Amino acid sequence: MAGKMLVSPSPHIHAAVSTRSLMLDVVIALLPATIVAVLFYGWSELLVLGVSIASCVLLEWAITRWLMKKPSTVGDLSAVVTGLLLALNLPVTTPWWVVLIGAVVAIGIAKMSFGGIGQNVFNPAITARVFLLVSFPAQMTDWTVPAGFIHSTDAVSGATLLGRYAEGGVDAIAGTDYLQTLFLNIGGSAGEISAIALLIGFVYLLIRRVVKPWITLSIFGTVALTSLIFWLADPAQFSDPVFNLLTGGLILGACFMATDYVTSPMSNWGGVIYGVGIGFLVMMIRYFGSYPEGVSFAILIMNMTVPLLNNWFHQKKYGRA
Amino acid sequence: MRKLTFSIGGVHPDDAKLSKDCTIEALPLPQTVYVSVAQHLGAPAVPTVAVGDKVKVGQVIAEPGGFISAFVHSPVSGTVKSIAPRADLAGKPVAHIEIAVEGDEWAEGIDLSDTLVTEIPTDKAATLEKIKQCGIVGLGGATFPTHVKLNPAPGSKAECLIINGAECEPYLTSDYRIMLERTKEIIVGAAIMQQVLGGCRCVIGIEENKPEAIKAMREALAQLPYDNIKVQPLKKRYPQGGEKQLIDAVMKRQVGSGGLPISVGAVVQNAATSLAVYEAVQKNKPLITNVLTVTGDCLPVEKQHNYLFRIGVPLSFIAEYAGGVPEGAAKIISGGPMMGRAISNMEATTVKGSSSILYLSEAATKRGPESNCIRCGRCADACPMGLEPFLLRRLTLAGDLEGLEANAMQDCIECGCCLYSCPAGIPLLDLLRQSKNQVLGAIRARAAAAKAAAEAAKKE
Repeated sequence: MAGKMLVSPSPHIHAAVSTRSLMLDVVIALLPATIVAVLFYGWSELLVLGVSIASCVLLEWAITRWLMKKPSTVGDLSAVVTGLLLALNLPVTTPWWVVLIGAVVAIGIAKMSFGGIGQNVFNPAITARVFLLVSFPAQMTDWTVPAGFIHSTDAVSGATLLGRYAEGGVDAIAGTDYLQTLFLNIGGSAGEISAIALLIGFVYLLIRRVVKPWITLSIFGTVALTSLIFWLADPAQFSDPVFNLLTGGLILGACFMATDYVTSPMSNWGGVIYGVGIGFLVMMIRYFGSYPEGVSFAILIMNMTVPLLNNWFHQKKYGRA
Repeated sequence: MRKLTFSIGGVHPDDAKLSKDCTIEALPLPQTVYVSVAQHLGAPAVPTVAVGDKVKVGQVIAEPGGFISAFVHSPVSGTVKSIAPRADLAGKPVAHIEIAVEGDEWAEGIDLSDTLVTEIPTDKAATLEKIKQCGIVGLGGATFPTHVKLNPAPGSKAECLIINGAECEPYLTSDYRIMLERTKEIIVGAAIMQQVLGGCRCVIGIEENKPEAIKAMREALAQLPYDNIKVQPLKKRYPQGGEKQLIDAVMKRQVGSGGLPISVGAVVQNAATSLAVYEAVQKNKPLITNVLTVTGDCLPVEKQHNYLFRIGVPLSFIAEYAGGVPEGAAKIISGGPMMGRAISNMEATTVKGSSSILYLSEAATKRGPESNCIRCGRCADACPMGLEPFLLRRLTLAGDLEGLEANAMQDCIECGCCLYSCPAGIPLLDLLRQSKNQVLGAIRARAAAAKAAAEAAKKE
């Protein structure tokens, strides 16, 4: 026999998909929204993105090498995804040191202290965002719009649509142009500018079969249904379903954060229940909570139910009732 | 016609049927053959010849060693040189009958002509006995004795005979070639088995990536006088050729855990088995030949072959004849890349169920480094039995045998879809194979204890 041959158990071939390729697909899917953010917010947004991604990657590298004394895992690109998502979840005006603290919370606390990728209970980027929101409320709600590479005449500094609704109720958001919110909604976190850009990325993830649509559809459906019921009951007090679907971090959260493999249920039905929970909590916080926006809180709360949902819902087995 | 497929899981590897256009060539005989007595599922056969005996081609050289066992026949004419242990594919010693080849003299009564015999014998018992006497075993991989499978226990009735022409394993083309070149013989074989089973319907399932085979089968069926046999195109999806999956695809029924196909009225036989049944019943030819594919991603197309081989030929002889181990081969596999076995011993010999010598390059077979499970659920989506390999792995690491059984570890068919699809490079099946055996062991021990207790109670 010619030379030494490999001998190992079957199967002998493997699908050309790796953690790295999946994470790269998520980065690609986030590119449209990222590009839109950079175009409209300019250098300031590039700074937030740069600090966030670089500090997430460096922190993970440092923690794996020096604290865990294991081979570095930054090559799987999951830290890049976390950094990118964190940046897109922050206002463009966030000071660099606040972003850095966010990265420490995301990677250091939410991810690596649980054992790194796959082990964390809470979505790292959302954990960081919520931490920053309660720790630095002023910096986290500064919606000043800096000069971007493209100047938008619609750019108005001030409260977000959801903020205005929380302050002034339905009257404060009267006359909102929904077509505009769909394409270009300046104000809010950097990733929330264009619903269309986010949805294009999500469709890419679906086509590449990186994620399944059930969680996202379940969130959208629940938000639409819950707000429809309240809105029909009292349109003078409650905002309408279209407003709730298109504003704030709902699309970013439903498409890219709630679908995080690690912190979402494994089964399709578990995912649907998880999505219903997120959608319902989002609407309860938006309508009755003290914060204008509830997507992050809703996802974090539902993250906690994942082990239970995994226990309750299993795959349909062959030949078993 | 609508293409069918199974309902749970499955993966779509590149089918890489590189040798599909290579017509079947007869392999020459080596100077010596070594015939294993354990080339079927069940008890090894017991040699009936002694050292120094002269044997003819097709003569019985070993008889069944139990109810689930099979006859073994001499693939050559010559002299028995020894009966001794010899290393099999994995290097495990198994008794082999060594025969020095002298000429090619066939035993009497074997019809070597090409004439197609389409008339089906009506005596079922005689047909079954012929199948048993000719040592026919299932050639789809499990090598289960065919006469046992065709003789369901009293009370169970076959409703559908499924001829498995899915050949869902990548690279393999031997079933495809016989479906093209021995089309009518396969159909006659199916009709024989259909008759033995009491005239149930018969479905020949072929995957859509073999349109020529589907066409050839349909044309041949139109020319033959049999009723109630039809060709059913299947979607291309691994493991379509798995018995349980094929039953699900064709009959929309699922075999219960630990159950046999006949419990849902199904009998599945491979296309190659059907051909062997034809040769046994119509031509009196025992199972001493089969078709094997020599292929691989690192083998130039002109060096790919489909060989008609005789059992007992050393793999090294076939490899040499086909031009040697190709440059760049990192792994040699007997069988398909999903369920085949890596060969560590090229001096092992062909058996009834040999289907390939597959050379894979390092690029094609390399496993990525193992990293943390990212809970993507791809293994659970891929599992055709609806198991959750990520969960079974965690239960295995926790040593939770009860949890493994409760989560149906014992239902695993070892198809490899979980390990194939894991992006984190976790060797799922490597681990779960061991767990499955542990759970099966526990189940068997419990059954044995219950039986012993029942017998003790009866005595009192």
